[in-house]
Amino acid sequence: MDALAVHDALQNLLTLTPEIWQAVKETGLMLGIGLFAAIAIGGPLGIVLYLSQPGQLFAHRLLNGVLGWLVNLVRSFPFIILMVSLVPLTRILVGSTIGPVAAAVPLSFAAIPYFARLVEQTLREIPRGVIEAAESMGASPMQIICKVLLNEGRSGLISSLTILTISFLSYSAVAGVVGGGGIGDLAIRYGYYRYETEVMVAMVLLLVLIVQIIQIVGNRLAARLDKR
Amino acid sequence: MIHLQAVHKRFQRPDGGWFTAVEDTSLSIGAGEIFGLIGFSGAGKSTLLRLINLLERPDAGAVIVDGRDLTSLSARELRRARQNIGMVFQQFNLLTNRTVADNVAFPLEVAGWSRADIAARVDECLDVVSLGDRARHYPAQLSGGQKQRVGIARALASRPRVILADEPTSALDPRTTQSILECLKNINERFGVTVVVVTHEMGVIRSICHRAALLDHGRIAEVMDVVDGSVDARTDLALSLLEAA
Repeated sequence: MDALAVHDALQNLLTLTPEIWQAVKETGLMLGIGLFAAIAIGGPLGIVLYLSQPGQLFAHRLLNGVLGWLVNLVRSFPFIILMVSLVPLTRILVGSTIGPVAAAVPLSFAAIPYFARLVEQTLREIPRGVIEAAESMGASPMQIICKVLLNEGRSGLISSLTILTISFLSYSAVAGVVGGGGIGDLAIRYGYYRYETEVMVAMVLLLVLIVQIIQIVGNRLAARLDKR
Repeated sequence: MIHLQAVHKRFQRPDGGWFTAVEDTSLSIGAGEIFGLIGFSGAGKSTLLRLINLLERPDAGAVIVDGRDLTSLSARELRRARQNIGMVFQQFNLLTNRTVADNVAFPLEVAGWSRADIAARVDECLDVVSLGDRARHYPAQLSGGQKQRVGIARALASRPRVILADEPTSALDPRTTQSILECLKNINERFGVTVVVVTHEMGVIRSICHRAALLDHGRIAEVMDVVDGSVDARTDLALSLLEAA
């Protein structure tokens, strides 16, 4: 590639700036909704999964079995198939099947059980004795959840959230291609269908940058919260 | 203060069989006493201790603490009753993400104390265990002995009438052990708290207990008086433990 070609490529990227900015916002929206759903629904689900395990506070074999099976069921769907299967539901919920908000529906669906498992696993790391100590002091189940489980697990929960965010940044690119928009969609439309390789390269570099930032922020926060 | 009446506790083993940890045992511990539970591993001493605050629920029998049968209480009533029974653990079981002061504050938050009352009480308790200067530290920054003193301050915080100590010195070196035992004795004498301490070491019994029960295969083999640091034992098992010490 000679200097002129490089110049043209950069020129092209420059003219695409508004589209790139739009794509970043769409990706942010998809990710934001998905993560919100993961935390709001997947978080409590993970806590219930943990607490209903044999030997835990609310050991309940049936509940644990059913929830575990449901989580596994949703997680077994390849994301692209989950998206297609949820089209009718998306239409009901959002009124449309295209755009970042519509794409956020299957994203949320996939993120909820994913985060639930991560939360369950993180809470399992907390020594049983600490929970027992709280029980011996007369702590209620709600106090044990808020003051012991979430507080002792906070660093691990942030790390889990970091993993989830990065995974779903990549899922959001898939969702984007089938009508959601976003960075991945832009890369495919310009970089692949229109042979503007520089757009593809730029979008991949942008994603690399975003992933690095998410990981660094996640690591820093987790380290700061960890007093072990 | 504590009456265990014909308590029985068995656990299911992974192979499906049953293991009887405590068998038809009755025991009375007086107010203000330091009472020891001694025996080899698997003798049922920890289970017996955990029956007193119902961390283990007995399969049969009654657990009466401070005049109330804990086995008959609702979940809410049991939580309130537990605020009257402090507990100290072998592995300390402190909250690692809370400072020393916030660990001691924990049982008071649970009991619904006001912020100002909590702050004042935490200072008092940390003074009792001489850790006032470590209030802002995290458990990871403390030595084993200091961690256990935080554990004791935490157990003391809600002004309980009973403190249960499960092998409180087994993770500590001999010198630290002595200071922790002094600390428990001091609390017993200053506040009249009844202390029940589980141990496998006769030395612990000798240095702080007034009486002790020797457990063997889930039953009490002998209740021994301790007078001036000498244990009045009769069974061969107790004598062998005394010799080993």
